[in-house]
Amino acid sequence: MTENAVFERIKEEIAANPVVLYMKGTPVFPQCGFSSMAVQVLSHLGVKFKGVDVLADPAIRQGIKEFANWPTIPQLYIKGEFVGGADIIREMYQSGELEGLLHEKGIAHSHHH
Amino acid sequence: MAMDAAQIEQLIKEALPDAEVRIEDLRGDGDHYAAYVRSPAFAGKSRVQQHQMVYAALKGRMGGELHALALQTSAP
Repeated sequence: MTENAVFERIKEEIAANPVVLYMKGTPVFPQCGFSSMAVQVLSHLGVKFKGVDVLADPAIRQGIKEFANWPTIPQLYIKGEFVGGADIIREMYQSGELEGLLHEKGIAHSHHH
Repeated sequence: MAMDAAQIEQLIKEALPDAEVRIEDLRGDGDHYAAYVRSPAFAGKSRVQQHQMVYAALKGRMGGELHALALQTSAP
């Protein structure tokens, strides 16, 4: 598959789903500690999200890194925008910014603050 | 393939000469690090952009030979 085709698939995925987490493994069975932490944060915030298992698709695994100019997995997208990787997800969760962003983007979640 | 902390610090400082850099070897295994980077170059940049600048400094090693680098960035 050409890089363009991979980017098109990523664009479609993040346009079709308000919250998308590119991760290693699935939300039920994460295969990496960083992906697992990201799933826990989203679950704790009560956010519905689409998990995309990059281990199941080598083209996406490589393509998503180039798409966001970001070298690691997980990657979180909200309303089509790249929000960050594991460190940023954790930092934004702890500061309450992630919840603020969900609120601002009109994404249903549970309230903690 | 692991990297040592001094090498990580050096790469970051080459790209961001004004930065204060602190590296911690989280498990003492030369494979899981935390980096705290504070640089005037981060002013006005988003967190994503700040992290991308550090990853660029590491010249493709992040996600490769450098498996785990927990990154925290800030502007003074």
